[in-house]
Amino acid sequence: MGITKKVTVLAVGLGLVTLSACGSSDGDGSGAGGEGSTTVTLVSHNSWAVSEDVVAAFEKQSGYKLKVLEDGDAGQAVNKAILTKDNPQGDVFFGVDNTLLSRALDNGLFQSYEAEGSDQILPAYRVDEGKHRVTPVDTGDVCVNYDKAWFEKKKLTPPKTFDDLVEPAYKDLLVVENAATSSPGLGFLLGTAAEYGDDGWEDYWKKLKANGVKVVDGWEQAYNEEFSGSAGGKKAKADRPLVVSYASSPPAEVIYADPRPETAPTGVAEGTCFRQVEYAGLLSNAKNPEGGKALLDFMAGKTFQEDMPLNMFVYPVREDAQVPEEFVKFGPQAKEPRTMDPAKIAENRDQWVKSWTSLVLK
Amino acid sequence: MSPPGARPRRPGWWRRNVARLGLMAVPAVFFAVFFAYPVAAIVARGLKADGGWQFGRIADVLTQSDIRQVLWFTTWQALVSTALTLVIALPGAYALARFDFPGKQVLRAVITVPFVLPTVVVGTAFMALVGRGGLLDELWGVRLDTTVWAILLAHVFFNYAVVVRTVGGLWAQLDPRQEEAARMLGASRFTAWRTVTLPALAPAVAAAALMVFLFTFTSFGVVQILGGPAFSTLEVEIYRQTADLFDLSTAAVLTMIQFVAVGAILALHAWTVRRRETALRLVDASVTARRPRGAGQWALLAGVVATVVVLLLLPLAVLVQRSFGGAGLTYYRALTEADGGVFLVAPIEAIGNSLSYAVAATAIAVVIGGLAAVALTRRDAGRLVRGFDALLMLPLGVSAVTVGFGFLIALDEPPLDLRASWILVPLAQALVGVPFVVRTMLPVLRAVDVRLREAASVLGASPWRAWREVDLPLVRRALLIAAGFAFAVSLGEFGATVFIARPDNPTLPVAVARLLGRPGDLNYGQAMALSTILMIVCAVALLVLERLRTDRTGEF
Repeated sequence: MGITKKVTVLAVGLGLVTLSACGSSDGDGSGAGGEGSTTVTLVSHNSWAVSEDVVAAFEKQSGYKLKVLEDGDAGQAVNKAILTKDNPQGDVFFGVDNTLLSRALDNGLFQSYEAEGSDQILPAYRVDEGKHRVTPVDTGDVCVNYDKAWFEKKKLTPPKTFDDLVEPAYKDLLVVENAATSSPGLGFLLGTAAEYGDDGWEDYWKKLKANGVKVVDGWEQAYNEEFSGSAGGKKAKADRPLVVSYASSPPAEVIYADPRPETAPTGVAEGTCFRQVEYAGLLSNAKNPEGGKALLDFMAGKTFQEDMPLNMFVYPVREDAQVPEEFVKFGPQAKEPRTMDPAKIAENRDQWVKSWTSLVLK
Repeated sequence: MSPPGARPRRPGWWRRNVARLGLMAVPAVFFAVFFAYPVAAIVARGLKADGGWQFGRIADVLTQSDIRQVLWFTTWQALVSTALTLVIALPGAYALARFDFPGKQVLRAVITVPFVLPTVVVGTAFMALVGRGGLLDELWGVRLDTTVWAILLAHVFFNYAVVVRTVGGLWAQLDPRQEEAARMLGASRFTAWRTVTLPALAPAVAAAALMVFLFTFTSFGVVQILGGPAFSTLEVEIYRQTADLFDLSTAAVLTMIQFVAVGAILALHAWTVRRRETALRLVDASVTARRPRGAGQWALLAGVVATVVVLLLLPLAVLVQRSFGGAGLTYYRALTEADGGVFLVAPIEAIGNSLSYAVAATAIAVVIGGLAAVALTRRDAGRLVRGFDALLMLPLGVSAVTVGFGFLIALDEPPLDLRASWILVPLAQALVGVPFVVRTMLPVLRAVDVRLREAASVLGASPWRAWREVDLPLVRRALLIAAGFAFAVSLGEFGATVFIARPDNPTLPVAVARLLGRPGDLNYGQAMALSTILMIVCAVALLVLERLRTDRTGEF
């Protein structure tokens, strides 16, 4: 009767509550809770990667257990961290770069802590020196990559600079990412703004558009679908031999090939690079600040810095960190990358992206 | 208060409604806590500034011409996509409902696969049909990528199964003898179909059209990947404003616009369904299907199979081909190795993770959706219940990013601090699964002849027993179809899963996305191999459900 139904309902309801209760205690047991002084939680983006033995070294050295939460792509992870800053999901956040740094700092995401060994970090990457709210961890260059085989076949010299890209010889060859939705896309836009100045970059993009630049939403599409030099692009019969990607993409094409080729199938147009720097910081309301500090010390340390390149395809920021051989051979860092002061980026980013959108996409 | 004559009926009314309110309580609480509260929290965060509500933002946003353009595009592409899907998929629904042919179960399982694959992967595959060097390009030199046609066709590709399964589920159980009787009485074949079958099918067609419209109205990945940055739906714009630009107030306004639009669609739908509902004579599906007869029926079947092969199978075959790509089993072997960095566990273990999440999500969706559907069955339901019906559908019309960001700020305090918990994933997935369960079960439950229940009561059965003996056998099939949908949706779900995906615990779509996010042949190859595995897991799961169904149909 009605009673039976009610009992069923009650039982199911209770079941759900118990289920969710189990779930939450399950997840908390290891650290997000108040007492979690034995676990340190790192919040990062999807590109986070580190060798197992390096994590073991940290855990042994510091006595903390490391828990990692990957929270979407770079931009999303930053936004989520800001959204939850009063009750953060972890102790340390890693993965805010110079293009979004101001958003994190202005919203009070981090508290001050100067990591041990910060003096070994190259001065060019240090920011916020008065307050030490963030520690530089890695750098990477956003550059135009080219398909070597394609240019050899056409007997054409690959472009080297921003200026080259608007030459008629390179018409309809370049694919870039949407600056509003993609981190390398934004980096490339900032590179052109650094090159041509506040007044000149729009003209440059008009020329680029006239020269047949193609815009797609994300790096995955640009690189895997449109770029003829990548593994995915070859299978997809892609027809654009120029793409905005990273200086570290060519070594990845070598390392993730079986068997490994003698030389990288792709190259980097050195005069088109924009340098991104990624930072980590101690979250404002971290539940385990001591553990967070230990983690920041470790990330600024030599062991971690030397492990990063082959895991995340970035370069270390420490002066004394060795770069793996593959990187030296196939993906040297750009000698004179474009760069921009985070304060200037903060001031102009949103307006530039808006103008860029109506100029290039509409 | 009540006239004297009503008095004898009162205990019955009371009992019925207590039972119904009890049934409704669980889904209501579920939706309040895991949907309404998080969404309200994130919208409020966007619209509140300096301690006050900023309603002026609504007018600001609405007067922007690019926002109006987004609204217009969202609407018309959804209308066209829905019409196109119905035209292409209804013959498929008919063939699968009424024809008996070898490989039918496989076909039914296969058409559902696209629906559950992550859009990143499907975008890649679909390009092989309409993009450069694709089939259309090879045959006629036609390239549709970055045109609106690519979006429309991809919507058909994704939603084909929705129409076939929703409409076909009911069609298979309509008694063909009713139509035959009409023809015997002199009606032409078309008249018989129009006056007998069509009215009976209408609620299911409306339900399917509604779902397709909702999916295409809120389309995200397809528009982003195939349309490129030049096309933008409301959903894409909400995502960009929230996740990329972090303009929560614009996102909040857009969310409310989408909410109102979706609410209006649902209200319209509820109205049409109410007008057309009739008790139907349902029979066991296995007696209505028979081998096609005559050239016309064979041609129809051939047409349906050809459509499925070109539109659905070909793109999927491309994935499989790329997962081998001249490298033999290299990519598959690589999947079994943890590299100690990017993947702390071998990517292959993602299969287990995905399956456990999907089982949990299906269980939640079937319980919540099933209770809701039963509570909604009676037609003397009243306004409150009808509103509840529409409410259950709302999650389909709200962006995953809105719900996900809402979870982050709403479910962060004990006893509901679920942010770091695994249960968040199945809960979020169930939110999308429940409307499927309700939509699939409701037309069938409502079509159960009330007199059967009344007869059972007269013979002394309790309401519970009457439900178990009368309703349950008739709806078991719908229940399985609903469970299959919920399971499949959960398996391919990506939006909610990325919120708590831990490196030691990736699901299949998350692992695919992670592989696609890095350069290099092995990464790309592994992504294709893993997508192929996801595809096969889905197909097998759906096939098992089909089997389960036929095994049991013998009981009634």
